[in-house]
Amino acid sequence: MYERILRKYEPTADNLLFILHEIQDNEPKQYIPEQGIREVSDYLDLSPSQVYSVITFYSLYSVSPRGKYIVRVCDSPPCHLMGSVSIIDELSEILGIKEGETTENGMFSLEVVSCLGVCGVAPAMMINKELFGNLTPEKVRNIIDKYRQDKQPASQVAE
Amino acid sequence: MKVTIDNQTLELDKPIPILEAAKKVGIKIPTLCYYEDLPPIGSCGVCVVEIEGLGVKRACVTPVYDGMKIDTHSQEVIKHRKMAVELLLSDHPIDCLTCERSGRCDLQGLADNLGINDLRYPRLKYKEKPIDETSPSLYRDPNKCIRCKRCVQMCDNIQSVEAINVMGRGYETTVTVAYDHGMGNSPCVNCGQCISVCPVGAIYEKRDIDHVWEAINNPDKFVVVQEAPAIRVSLAEEFGLVPGDDVTGKMYTALRMLGFDAIFDTNFAADLTIMEEGTEFLKRVKEGGPFPLITSCSPGWIKFMETFYPDMKNNVSSCKSPQQMFGAMVKTFFARKNNIDPRRIISVSIMPCTAKKFEAARPEMDASGYRDVDYVITTREFIRMINEVGIDFANLAETSADTLMGTYTGAAAIFGATGGVMEAALRTAYEVHTGKTLPKLDFEEVRGMDGVRETTVDVNGLPVHVAVAHGLENARTLLEKVKEYKEKNDGQSPYHFIEVMTCPGGCVGGGGQPYGSTMKRREERARSLYTIDGKLKLRKSHENPAIKKSYEEFLGEPNSKLAHKLLHTHYVRRKY
Repeated sequence: MYERILRKYEPTADNLLFILHEIQDNEPKQYIPEQGIREVSDYLDLSPSQVYSVITFYSLYSVSPRGKYIVRVCDSPPCHLMGSVSIIDELSEILGIKEGETTENGMFSLEVVSCLGVCGVAPAMMINKELFGNLTPEKVRNIIDKYRQDKQPASQVAE
Repeated sequence: MKVTIDNQTLELDKPIPILEAAKKVGIKIPTLCYYEDLPPIGSCGVCVVEIEGLGVKRACVTPVYDGMKIDTHSQEVIKHRKMAVELLLSDHPIDCLTCERSGRCDLQGLADNLGINDLRYPRLKYKEKPIDETSPSLYRDPNKCIRCKRCVQMCDNIQSVEAINVMGRGYETTVTVAYDHGMGNSPCVNCGQCISVCPVGAIYEKRDIDHVWEAINNPDKFVVVQEAPAIRVSLAEEFGLVPGDDVTGKMYTALRMLGFDAIFDTNFAADLTIMEEGTEFLKRVKEGGPFPLITSCSPGWIKFMETFYPDMKNNVSSCKSPQQMFGAMVKTFFARKNNIDPRRIISVSIMPCTAKKFEAARPEMDASGYRDVDYVITTREFIRMINEVGIDFANLAETSADTLMGTYTGAAAIFGATGGVMEAALRTAYEVHTGKTLPKLDFEEVRGMDGVRETTVDVNGLPVHVAVAHGLENARTLLEKVKEYKEKNDGQSPYHFIEVMTCPGGCVGGGGQPYGSTMKRREERARSLYTIDGKLKLRKSHENPAIKKSYEEFLGEPNSKLAHKLLHTHYVRRKY
């Protein structure tokens, strides 16, 4: 199933992260399915538990299906001090989901992550590949409202 | 090089870790993630010492150098050490009284030694996680886990099963299996070596004591018990006797006191296994293969083969393990001889092994029409039963097993040590095949603790190549060698007969054995088994009068139709 991706890489363990990224980016639900883990471990001669360990270590990978838009809020010390908790609470409330969950319509996932590298504009978050800084609860509401105008259902999306 | 540790000078010829150097001057630096048979990883920070000019370092991973001055208990050291333990406790359930490891827990011992009597750090993010009860053999309690990775190292490096690994990060870090579907749905072979090395109560066997008590206390049930060869040399250490000492007689007495109705011995079935497996081997010799024939008594190995080497299914002996053979015989032969309805019989086994619980539960293990073995308890569970009742084990009188299925030879006794099954099989196969008496019964080449051992035995002009492996990583190495040789040599096998034991040291090092099963301890127990063998008058399975009787009166001959039905089995292919 993932042969096309796998064959692009030499079967050496140092390609693991690249392969995982590509598998995830090609999944409409932005995650790495079990079958993917199986095939990668076979290809690289690693145990599935080892591959699973790597995936779960990095917050950018996911082993469960995610929404069309992944909202990643930074909770590293600078963002934390600048109020990331209120940003997370606000997002939780307007999206109706808790950290690590996906909305029922499959549009949004909410994640709390480590440093996004933009401490100068803390508190910060990313939605898919777009970055937002100097957040306030009000600003967050406006941003989400904009994304909500996307009426194309999540399941039809494939990059 | 010269090293000073706590004002004592030590002369060393190589840069060993500080931890080992300290031992030489009589200091046992406290450790937690360190385990003597595994490579040190320095994850817990408990073994810190202060090095002049360098500050506080971890003793397990820091080698000494010439002129090094070490203080193992400066104020700074104690501060660090205490804090490492206190931080672990801040993320721990601290329900010691009801914990499986209570009184035998490294963390509890450390907290005690360091005099930690209040919890300085609040539990910030402690969230109770569910206990993994999917395995037929063992439970994992992630709440107790201190992420020392000893179990992961054991599973990966020594057993090469790689069922478990560290998942997640930070507070969320747990040790679990791929896809998080539970141990029971993973390649885990149930060997329980992770339990042997776990310093806390994060992994433990599925408890079957309650079922056994219930059966004993039910007047309608006739409860039969068998004990594996390794049990009798693993009890002494728990009752203040010399570790490894043979306490067979006391063991039988304790079982009678606990209330079992018939006390037999797995050793009887070990002799039976040799008759069946030896005959199977000689048949292959006659027919020219397929070779190698590989032993089948170790259920962890069987699941390992079914998962990683399913193409070798036909190389593995079809013999059930002694535990299962015993079970099948109890509910047929014994039941008939004593006129007991097999439905009334509860067959209990005491095993050094957690995988035996899995084996007993395999659906096909009921050829007699009844479960071969109803309940399996580990050595640890047996010890718990003895302590629960308050039996003064050390001072018990010695008694014998009951006769019908309690007689055994020296060949059976050594089943519990790596190489023992091979040696027992060679003794019988040689004599049955040649009709001659073996000049020397001891096959020294297959004894010992080297990972893989091999030898060639001359059987009437036929050179029989045999090999022995213990620990699944060693088994994997050996099997890969066989595969490679076969590919290069037209399918010819380099060996005729291979013994594989799942656990390092064989059953004496099983995952159900008393805690503290270091390689040294495993060796002590194994040595004692060879002593038992040496002392017995009968040392060849085919000379066991009880075995002869079972063939004469019941089974017919080895590998007969009935023997096949009751004493042999088949294997499956597993995919995860």
